Amino acid sequence: MNQMQNFTKGFISNNPVFALLLGMCPTLGVTTSAINGLGMGLATTFVLVAANVVISMLKNIIPDKVRIPSFIVVIASFVTIVDLVMAGYAPALHEQLGLFIPLIVVNCIVLGRAEAFASRNNVFSSFIDGLGMGFGFAFALTLLGGIREILGSGAIFGFKFIQGDAILVFVLAPGAFIALGYLIALINKMRKA
Amino acid sequence: MEYIIIIISAIFVNNIVFAQFLGICPFLGVSNKLSTSVGMGGAVIFVMTLATIVTYLIYQFVLIPLGLGFLQTISYILVIAALVQMVEIILKKVSPSMYQALGIFLPLITTNCAVLGVAILVIQKNLNLLESVVFTVATSVGFTLALVIFAGIREHMELMGVPKGMRGIPIALVVAGLLSLAFMGFAGLV
Repeated sequence: MNQMQNFTKGFISNNPVFALLLGMCPTLGVTTSAINGLGMGLATTFVLVAANVVISMLKNIIPDKVRIPSFIVVIASFVTIVDLVMAGYAPALHEQLGLFIPLIVVNCIVLGRAEAFASRNNVFSSFIDGLGMGFGFAFALTLLGGIREILGSGAIFGFKFIQGDAILVFVLAPGAFIALGYLIALINKMRKA
Repeated sequence: MEYIIIIISAIFVNNIVFAQFLGICPFLGVSNKLSTSVGMGGAVIFVMTLATIVTYLIYQFVLIPLGLGFLQTISYILVIAALVQMVEIILKKVSPSMYQALGIFLPLITTNCAVLGVAILVIQKNLNLLESVVFTVATSVGFTLALVIFAGIREHMELMGVPKGMRGIPIALVVAGLLSLAFMGFAGLV
């Protein structure tokens, strides 16, 4: 597999959300608007890339038996960095994403890529893999956030194009489940056709 | 009285699955059969309560006095992972029958974001130890309730003619959405 395939596989064929169904909690929880989805996606991308790079560098040093706890410590360190940096420089976004920032630690995508990819490949491939998967995740979250924002508040990226009320339920909790359900159904349909 | 409000609000109004989106992975993953969902719910109640007590004590008596509040995420996830391992070993020795019932779910719980989420939430909400315990038990009961209702519906859905593209996860998500809509009806309770 060349690096280009390695990079693009996270977008469609192995998209973390639409194909692998990983990381459902932040996907549903923060996508009330496109900008929130994008912010969460980029925060996760940073953790994914940084954790992938560090783990692939350390893969020969970490004993096999304690590899999972070691991976978790590496991931948790980067999550703490993201948490503190975001609280300092983007307090409004940090407020919106709230609990889901520290919960990147238990996002299965990050640990999954560390175990399945970074612990077996060299630094550069791991970097590309993290970047591709992270962008795939950010893409999925932005798409879902955009759909919910258009339907729910008649706006996109905060720019309002419908005056008055829209279908409010889409920015509330039930709308997250329903929008994602139909989106995955549509993607399944397109993939088979 | 305030404990009753905490309980009702955590089970119905702010249900952890339908309103806060925590623990979605096990919610979608182990909700195919009613019996396994009850087992998973039991394991979550047990581990979540234990984890919150331990992490609360660590936060108040170790991290805060030493000024290490920023290590919250790292220390919590390690404590929870170690705790789950320990519970598994002790349960195997002390009560093999309970281990049989809950054992297979225990490793799954480490990656359940609801456990870490609630441990962080009780700190954010500034609850004291007793309130934290009540809140955690109620939250995990809410999780179990959501899981059991959902599993019951999914068992019935096996017999329905679901359109091809919607089979599996998509229809499950739509059903969860409708359930969440129903739970929104509790919003005026507290």
